[in-house]
Amino acid sequence: MNYLDYVQMTKGQRFAYNIKSFFTGIPGAIVKLFVVIGNFLKNVFSFIVTGFKNYGSRFAKGDIGTKLSYVVMGAGNMMHGQIGKGICFLAAEIAYFAFMINFGWSYITKIYATNVQVDENTLVNGVIGKEPPIYQEDSVFGGSKKVINLDTLDNSNKVLLFFVMTVIVCIAFFAIYITNTKSAYATQKTLAEGKKPIGFIAELKMFLDERFHVTLLTLPILLLILFTILPIIFTIFMAFTNYDKEHQPPGNMYWWVGFANFADVFYSNPLKSQTFGKILIWTLVWAVFATFTNYIFGIILALLINKKEIRFKAFWRTMFVITAAVPQFVTLLLMRLILSDDGAVNSLLQGAGLPVIPFLSDATAARITVIVVNMWVGIPYTMLITSGLLMNIPEDLYESARIDGANAFQQFTKITFPYIFFVTTPYLITTFVGNINNFNVIYFLTGGGPSPSSYYQAGQTDLLVTWLYKLTVNSSDFNLASVIGIIVFVVCAAGSLITFNMSKASKNEEEFS
Amino acid sequence: MTNSKSSIQGGYAAKKKAVNTLVYVILTVMVIIWIFPILWLIMQSFRGESGISTSYFFPKEWTFDNYKRLFVEVDDAGNVLPLDEMRFPYLRWILNTLLVATLSCVISTLFILMVSYTLSRLRFKSRKTFLNLGLILGMFPGFMSMAATYSIMEIFGLKQQLIALVIVYSAGAGLGYQVAKGFFDTIPRSLDEAAKIDGATRNQIFWRIILPLSKPIIVYTALTTFTGPWADYIFVSYFMKDNSDNYTVALGLYSMLGNQTISEYFTVFCAGAVLIAIPITILFVVMQRFYVAGVTGGAVKG
Repeated sequence: MNYLDYVQMTKGQRFAYNIKSFFTGIPGAIVKLFVVIGNFLKNVFSFIVTGFKNYGSRFAKGDIGTKLSYVVMGAGNMMHGQIGKGICFLAAEIAYFAFMINFGWSYITKIYATNVQVDENTLVNGVIGKEPPIYQEDSVFGGSKKVINLDTLDNSNKVLLFFVMTVIVCIAFFAIYITNTKSAYATQKTLAEGKKPIGFIAELKMFLDERFHVTLLTLPILLLILFTILPIIFTIFMAFTNYDKEHQPPGNMYWWVGFANFADVFYSNPLKSQTFGKILIWTLVWAVFATFTNYIFGIILALLINKKEIRFKAFWRTMFVITAAVPQFVTLLLMRLILSDDGAVNSLLQGAGLPVIPFLSDATAARITVIVVNMWVGIPYTMLITSGLLMNIPEDLYESARIDGANAFQQFTKITFPYIFFVTTPYLITTFVGNINNFNVIYFLTGGGPSPSSYYQAGQTDLLVTWLYKLTVNSSDFNLASVIGIIVFVVCAAGSLITFNMSKASKNEEEFS
Repeated sequence: MTNSKSSIQGGYAAKKKAVNTLVYVILTVMVIIWIFPILWLIMQSFRGESGISTSYFFPKEWTFDNYKRLFVEVDDAGNVLPLDEMRFPYLRWILNTLLVATLSCVISTLFILMVSYTLSRLRFKSRKTFLNLGLILGMFPGFMSMAATYSIMEIFGLKQQLIALVIVYSAGAGLGYQVAKGFFDTIPRSLDEAAKIDGATRNQIFWRIILPLSKPIIVYTALTTFTGPWADYIFVSYFMKDNSDNYTVALGLYSMLGNQTISEYFTVFCAGAVLIAIPITILFVVMQRFYVAGVTGGAVKG
């Protein structure tokens, strides 16, 4: 449909068209998501292919030094006159092989051990940890029972962790190795042009100038890899093992179980899959309600405060900001006590001869309560953010609208709302993702409860993330917790990519201002 | 003619006045709803009567005792207990949190400034990859890999240590570059160009030109990273487990509300909460415009 057709439509038709195009846009956005992922894979693939091609062609064109550096790192640099750099490469190679021989290799061999005796009469394949637990006679109980010798038992946690660490080191070394061949070939070319390759000190100085980004990023990225990326990979691997209460190192090993945990969560274990289904639905319902109630009422509050004739704007704003500033665990715990069955509100009600309202102890009531209390928590934030945006709306837009005879309501629907909606789409996405991950409101207010026995380690107001927390902390179901974590990631990533694509498309079509 | 015009104007003014009054009434009611729990918290902290809840708002007996009990505990014989023997050593929690907050504030601020400066003002080949990677890593639930991080700390011998908390709070700081990057984006690039022509290296530009211009964002980053540990519950609760010597304020106050102690310590909890809420609230009120700039980051531009 082109623009002319759209302009000729009546108001109702336009509304219907917009609604229709929103929903017909969703499949398109999903398709686009796959296209984006496909393109990404294509890029990665072509990157690898050209990498190999260049790797081969450098070897073919290289002189003896360059060729030698494919085996002895740094040889090319040294033969081309860059002694310092060459020594660094060589040192990296020696360190890497020392690391692999003394440490890394054994964990690579232990990551999938076959025929391990995990208890007296069971042999298992795919155990994480190689040394079979050697059973010794238990002298205390008269030698009738056999116990595991903890000294010879591998700690599956350590094995898995060090395996991931070794893989990361290998990838890093591979990158250094490729750099080494490139560098050897580059110096060879420089020599062929009749120039002198850059000296070691001069090259180090580049890290304060042309390569300053390397200097600044190294430490943060190193720590990020060690304490954020490594644990995430570790956790993802956990989802494919049976690391739970019965298989806790030290003392017990755990092993690979493939997709069994995912199957449990999705269909094969009735208790877990039903709990998952209910919690997933409630999480999405919660996220939608929590996001839009806060958004709409926050904007209304901001409009009220920023109304031209209203005085003491700073006072009103500060009053609301104060409530947003008090640490959430304080206000939410307080709310829990105020709203509990024998809390302040209910004792007031009883004093007035009214029945007790089960704000937090009845499923439906608790769900409404968390959404309402979340409004109390979230509206000041939205107000704060949209206030700033409201002041940015060009005044002449209103001026010309007024001259054209638009009333206050029309000004709101035609100018204020489209403008705010346009500039806050990214904020809306982040709050939606934030609400899916909203731990504080649920955990401190209801603790996930009420918890009937039809829920596995969860309650009727639990979100996926609070369930994840409970599975980790209360029941040590680390494998299940990892599955939930991966699902939350997929939901958030897919959701924000789709909305991002859609909002980008709408931006292009109806450019505001 | 003039008559009718003035009556129209009068009606318009009256309507306007009515609308404004209505707005004032709505705002007042809303402020009361929003401020009520906080006033209630303050009232409870001065309450002399024991117990969890009362059916009245103002305490019958006003006292500073709850605040005193945070710092001083007296045993049955009337002796003042040393900090180590107190049931709820509030001062110890404060000192723990102060230590963790200060260290992670210094490290995080440095990291955030380094990363955001690099991503904002330096152009290099893998810049886009880093930006995308940051986006993706940010979508994993923060505490999803909590158990794995705990295992790593265990292997490093940092189990239930305060230093483990510092690492957890500051190691991932590089990912929180958005706000500061938005700030650096607004500093004119001509400054860099001019300095480069004068022969300055990028290192000198960062320390001598950009950082002195960035005082507000440095203050903002330092304050947000400093206040974070005061309000965090999730990581402390999992990392410290039952090692109550290393509790921070949030976890310590939470532990006061256990079934055994809640009725005796509820008013003390309120006093402790008021004490830490005051500085955090003041900081937030002062720094709110940076918060807004951070969240809307760049959306307003263009």
